Amino acid sequence: MNLLHFLLQNHDQVVELTLEHLWLVGISTLLAVVVGIPLGILSAHWPVWNKPVLGTANIIQTIPSLALFGFLLPVPWLGDRADRLAILALTLYALLPVIRNTYTGIRGVDPAVVEAGRGMGLTGRQLLFQVELPLALSVILSGVRVAVVVSVGLATIAAAIGAGGLGEFIFRGLAMVNNQLILAGAIPAAVLALSADFGLGWLEKRLRPQ
Amino acid sequence: MEQTSAGDPVIEFSNVDYALPSGQPLLSGLNLQVQRGETLVLLGRSGSGKTTTLKLVNRLLIPSGGDVRVNGTPAAESDVIRLRRSIGYVIQEVGLFPHFTVERNIGLVPRLEGWTPERIHLRVEELLQLVGLGPQMASRYPHQLSGGQRQRVGVARALAADPAILLMDEPFGALDALTRDQLQREFLSLQQRLNKTVVFVTHDLREALRLASRIALVEAGHLVTVLSPEDFLRSSDPLAAAYVRAFADGLDSSANRGAS
Repeated sequence: MNLLHFLLQNHDQVVELTLEHLWLVGISTLLAVVVGIPLGILSAHWPVWNKPVLGTANIIQTIPSLALFGFLLPVPWLGDRADRLAILALTLYALLPVIRNTYTGIRGVDPAVVEAGRGMGLTGRQLLFQVELPLALSVILSGVRVAVVVSVGLATIAAAIGAGGLGEFIFRGLAMVNNQLILAGAIPAAVLALSADFGLGWLEKRLRPQ
Repeated sequence: MEQTSAGDPVIEFSNVDYALPSGQPLLSGLNLQVQRGETLVLLGRSGSGKTTTLKLVNRLLIPSGGDVRVNGTPAAESDVIRLRRSIGYVIQEVGLFPHFTVERNIGLVPRLEGWTPERIHLRVEELLQLVGLGPQMASRYPHQLSGGQRQRVGVARALAADPAILLMDEPFGALDALTRDQLQREFLSLQQRLNKTVVFVTHDLREALRLASRIALVEAGHLVTVLSPEDFLRSSDPLAAAYVRAFADGLDSSANRGAS
């Protein structure tokens, strides 16, 4: 029985686990964007926040993923459902690239452009939404792309705490010493990561200012 | 803003100091008045405090002492956004928004001020013509323009909402000699028609002599003297004389080179 055969025969389960996987990655990326972009703006505009914000995100990044899942397990409400826990952990990992790229992108806007905007009487909010964020967009997006690619890989580990996703196949395959089963999880995950990388990379290029 | 009569200065500095947060003074005891319709040129070398003086007018910088009044109102008491939108601002690096077309760049302040799209469009056409650019430029992006064209758009953008005051910080400093010469000439004819109150920063005496109603000489954070271009050339002030000498030397040596 080859791999293709296996995938076809179990396509219901493959689709289901892929969707679960996408859901874990999608929700956590969304949360990381919603939280990370404001934090990035905060640290770009107020240097006082730069060190604590980026420092914290950096430290989170150094915690091994299995350990982080373990740490979060006893937390009430969160520990009730494995997918909640997995989403929080993935969000925490995705924060660093999003915050860092938002910071870099905004700091990278030509100071002359910002000065001209301020001198013309743009309010802080107008400057942010009409000038700084649009010009930083491609850099921010490249941070999101890194976050997504990393999350797709990390989300396979979420199966270890029962959160589902393509990691199920991988862990099952490991337990049964069945390479085919491992590949049935690993290959769709790799395809997901590559298509996210390609798609967001394309978008990023289109949005890059001249 | 209060109505002012013709004799009142449009911009008035009274005992203005400015120091960096570190305490290093950049400007001290500045007293200066800019009259309606004149082109006051701030002349000085880099780091002398010219740009600082300019930025105190539109409150990009806040004085650490003294008082800056625009149209009779202390800058500190006016709404800073209103104040800036009533003052055109042109800088050497131009600072066009790279993600906006020329039309959107020029029309930004009118748009923020709630003008209708038709009115903005007409205004942009009018301004492009005023600064000597064809209407086909409206849909271009800044990176598709030459340095001279960019600075023309910068001037058009500053004029968009028809401000009475124009602040220009070495606007022609980064251009090649021929383009600079042309833009200076156009500035003069533009100024004749529009009669704005202009504060113009430069380190180039030639430019100052050509454009100024009066020249304010600034050195190491102090205002040395304010003179008309004619008086500047005859001035006995040692610093002014040094500028004139350096300028004349430059002319001499180029004349000599031409003769040999």
